[in-house]
Amino acid sequence: MTDISQTPGAAPAAKPKGGSLFEKDARTKRRNAAEGRFKLYGIAAIGIGLLMLIILVTNIVTAGTGAFQQTFLELNVELKADKLDKKGDRNIEDIKKVSTFGYAPLIASALEAEVQKLGIQTDLKPKEMGKILSKSSQAQLRNYVIANPDEIGKTVSFRFLVNSRVDGYIKGRVTRESIANDKSITAAQLDFVDQLRDAGVLYKAFNPDFIFGSDASDQRPEAAGIGVSMLGSLFMMFVVLALALPIGVAASIYLEEFAPQNRLTDIIEVNISNLAAVPSIVFGILGLAVFINYMHLPTSAPLVGGLVLTLMTLPTIIISTRASLKAVPPSIRDAALGVGASKMQAVFHHVLPLAAPGILTGTIIGLAQALGETAPLLLIGMVGFIASNPPDGIVAGFLSPNSAMPAQIYEWSKRADPAFYERAWGGIIILLIFLVTMNTIAVILRRRFERRW
Amino acid sequence: MNDMTRVERAVDSKAIKIAANKVQVYYGDTHAIKDVNVEIEEKTVTAFIGPSGCGKSTFLRCLNRMNDTIDICRVEGDILLDGEDIYDKRVDPVQLRAKVGMVFQKPNPFPKSIYDNVAYGPRIHGLAKNKAELDEIVEKSLRRGAIWDEVKDRLDAPGTGLSGGQQQRLCIARAIATAPEVLLMDEPCSALDPIATAQVEELIDELRSRYSVVIVTHSMQQAARVSQKTAFFHLGNLVEFGETGQIFTNPEDPRTESYITGRIG
Repeated sequence: MTDISQTPGAAPAAKPKGGSLFEKDARTKRRNAAEGRFKLYGIAAIGIGLLMLIILVTNIVTAGTGAFQQTFLELNVELKADKLDKKGDRNIEDIKKVSTFGYAPLIASALEAEVQKLGIQTDLKPKEMGKILSKSSQAQLRNYVIANPDEIGKTVSFRFLVNSRVDGYIKGRVTRESIANDKSITAAQLDFVDQLRDAGVLYKAFNPDFIFGSDASDQRPEAAGIGVSMLGSLFMMFVVLALALPIGVAASIYLEEFAPQNRLTDIIEVNISNLAAVPSIVFGILGLAVFINYMHLPTSAPLVGGLVLTLMTLPTIIISTRASLKAVPPSIRDAALGVGASKMQAVFHHVLPLAAPGILTGTIIGLAQALGETAPLLLIGMVGFIASNPPDGIVAGFLSPNSAMPAQIYEWSKRADPAFYERAWGGIIILLIFLVTMNTIAVILRRRFERRW
Repeated sequence: MNDMTRVERAVDSKAIKIAANKVQVYYGDTHAIKDVNVEIEEKTVTAFIGPSGCGKSTFLRCLNRMNDTIDICRVEGDILLDGEDIYDKRVDPVQLRAKVGMVFQKPNPFPKSIYDNVAYGPRIHGLAKNKAELDEIVEKSLRRGAIWDEVKDRLDAPGTGLSGGQQQRLCIARAIATAPEVLLMDEPCSALDPIATAQVEELIDELRSRYSVVIVTHSMQQAARVSQKTAFFHLGNLVEFGETGQIFTNPEDPRTESYITGRIG
């Protein structure tokens, strides 16, 4: 018999009949071991996931940040009147007659003058020196002159992009060894670049044109930007929001609150869930067949892209809206009906405001999904198109050919010049920033307005 | 004591407010209410008692057509409110529910301010011409709901922030605000503690002076305390209907007696 007055720590005189609680029996040991193993698997799984995420993010950041910086050359260019405006009357039509090639000598001589001023020793001819600049610099100069014809005859300071090889050399992507078989740049030119850099006129700086500018042709990767395709994405999102939100919410309210429960609504319900699982390329084919071939809407237009993405986003919005309508407790509907509200008043005055945060969250997530979608855009011609100018006004924004951010990234990743590869990663960073922002807004909305019952 | 009730009855010989005649309710294939005849008098508290699932709540919800929201529910027979069949095709349930208010089992204030909770009904029915009138209706309803003194300083506070008993009285005030003629209460005290219950019961007794009140309750003591008429439901049948005093002291049907004495339930 155990003594009641015994101190708790001391061993009992005799073992309790069913075995001591202080000793684990074999079964308990096995169960504990299994539990421990399971926890370990879980931690390992999370660890692998986190590791993948870290690798992905580091990869994107290291490969992509370069795209936000570009190498520039600062140069004072004398806008010689005898070359640009032979008649001397500043007639804009005459000035426009000088093509971009006509500006090349101006740049070459400006570079030569700069070299003399800085006292740089080089064997390069002025024309070869000019080759380190981007092909876009002549156009840049011409655009400036056409915009400011009064500046002709003066000397103006410009910041020109250098070409992608030189930029790659400054960023460390291109080396003297790697250009051995490269026809577009020579070691002598790289020496010249080194001298310019030491003189401080050639430097790396933040390049806003990557974010706000337009795409450029294969020969000028240094001038390519994602801005115009960003606008394309924006116009598509307008279309998606303007169509998918009202249609989706109206459909869900009807199905959830008004529709009778019968075979037909069951079939509709099942098919909405099925639609959410349809591969997006199928929607692309549908869009091609219906919107372009049948309705003759313009190819490559954000309007068509938006319509296709609307079809794709609708099921997502309907499903999340119905879920948030379902989550509103029926007692609220009863309360409204009990004081004599009509069904519609009950829904619009009470149920919908309570479901709104959920609906908004679903919509934002649907939009984010649509924003990152590439496959349907392939089929309606929004990929492979070079958007060289920002759309001219709002109507043109919807109807004139454009690209979209993910399509632009895909396009860049296909091109041969490694400078485009860097831009593809940079584009991914911008796209991810958009997606993360949208999802964060969705989470904040849900947190802030979520109601517990 | 019998003399006293007889005298009371003689004094308020009351008109019939709601007359139910051979009411049948079906949920799909289930026959939930069988052949119920009840007459609910004006300015009287009528209690529906009976074991769980006996159909008393279902029948109550027929009186303001809340069962319309359930697709599979079907109602047959006549329910006359002031002599008009409320299931007639010409009747709009929305108009009916303004006349026949309802308070539910679980307090269900809207997640809005106390003021808006009460003002909602008058607003949608256009009972107030301006803000001053609306304020007046809200105050009057909250006073009749016996909650004015507790909330008059915080009418902008959310109704869901009140205690359970306060919420239920707010819901009663909300139901009163639309100036109904009949007030249906579906187990209004089942989620409340004894003190809140006492307050609500007191309130029901006061409401009797203006409205006819129909209350469903599980508590026989409550039925005995607040009601003048009692109906006992069992398995979808109306077993017995009469003066509360008589039902509790001298029931005619053996089933009523068994229920009241606790042998079935």
